[in-house]
Amino acid sequence: MNSLATGHIFRFIALVFFQVILFNHINFLGNINPYVYILFILFYPVKNDRIVFIFISFILGLTVDMFSDSGGIHAAASVLIAYIRPVFLKFAFGTMYEHNHVKFDNTDFGAKLVYVALLTFIHHFILFSLEIFNISGILSILQKTLFSGIFTILMITLLSIIFSRKTK
Amino acid sequence: MQQIINFIIRNKNFLLFLLLFCISILFTIQSHSYHKSKFVNSANFLSGGVYNSVNNISSYFNLKSQNQLLAEENNRLNELLLNYEIDSDSAFKDSVNFKQQYKFTSANVIRNSYAATNNYLLVNKGRNDSIKEDLGVRSQRGLVGIIDKTSANYATVISILNTSSKISALLKRTNHFGTLKWDGNSPQIVQLTDVEKIAGVMQGDTIITSGRSSIFPKGIQIGIVEDFKLDAAENFYDINVRLFNDMTNLEHVYIIENTDKEEIESLLESTNE
Repeated sequence: MNSLATGHIFRFIALVFFQVILFNHINFLGNINPYVYILFILFYPVKNDRIVFIFISFILGLTVDMFSDSGGIHAAASVLIAYIRPVFLKFAFGTMYEHNHVKFDNTDFGAKLVYVALLTFIHHFILFSLEIFNISGILSILQKTLFSGIFTILMITLLSIIFSRKTK
Repeated sequence: MQQIINFIIRNKNFLLFLLLFCISILFTIQSHSYHKSKFVNSANFLSGGVYNSVNNISSYFNLKSQNQLLAEENNRLNELLLNYEIDSDSAFKDSVNFKQQYKFTSANVIRNSYAATNNYLLVNKGRNDSIKEDLGVRSQRGLVGIIDKTSANYATVISILNTSSKISALLKRTNHFGTLKWDGNSPQIVQLTDVEKIAGVMQGDTIITSGRSSIFPKGIQIGIVEDFKLDAAENFYDINVRLFNDMTNLEHVYIIENTDKEEIESLLESTNE
């Protein structure tokens, strides 16, 4: 076990814990909650074993599902964004990604925000579609995706600023 | 054969993704159908234990309002008891043969949820306290839900704020039946459907449980009629019911067991055959 793996395990447990204890109970304006645990998937190192990464994302989603009794909705949304992440890395960071130079601690803030926002909205759209599971609830799905999405992006941006290891 | 193996190796990421995605969708579909067996629920030792220890701390925050509720309940029960003693002072009660049809177990809600479209609560009583699937749950003020899954020390409850929950209810004034559902919007309002047109619903009517299912006894308070309209075919009323219970602030609940349930169900089965 090297320190990198220990760090990931610690981050996994901490994110799940705060998600189920704190962030699931905010209920801002009735039912708006941030889903901050996807931070783990978004900022997982770019150089990775994809099989392991997809599998860890599944376990992460399933753990959150277990705590919130929601079937498999978090697992499905997490696995999806883990699988399509490279496309968005390429879109947001362009040539930097192709040369394998992306380190989340010292990338451009704008590019990072675009990347976080796109993946968050995809994750939330899948999440709420599966939660409501009814095509007649499409308005409610879009509304929840928008509001919770904004909340999540805000929280993730704040957390990544607080915990960034940037040295200048 | 070689080609198939090559194909699998080349697309292993996609295949793994597809497999895991399908598993999650399967879990999701199962969770949307009532009482299907679920592998992933919060009534296990890990999540139950975590919620229990967190609840040990967070229950202090609403101690005052919960005490108020319990005092109100005590007051109501005292009133009942006093009236009862006056009514039955000359009657002889044989306590040996006294058979209770409904058994009550008190429990604490250690996880409350009301913002999702399918809400489940977690309570700190389980199989070890002889809690089983399909027992009713009520609080001091009214109906809460039905037990779904149990583990040794914890149980999940399908809240009435769950789109898959259907409970038989009745208008207290006219004795007309309907089905209690939730449309997923406000945690204060639930919907009573399939009430006959001749019922003559009025605003402010009390809704209680019907006792037709063997889960709840008749007469547990649910709420009052907020507004109502006829459905598209103009045969049945769709009623919005304002709950007596504040579902966002639950702590002490009572689990109701109908000891005659098996007898009733076997009787119904034999008549259906």
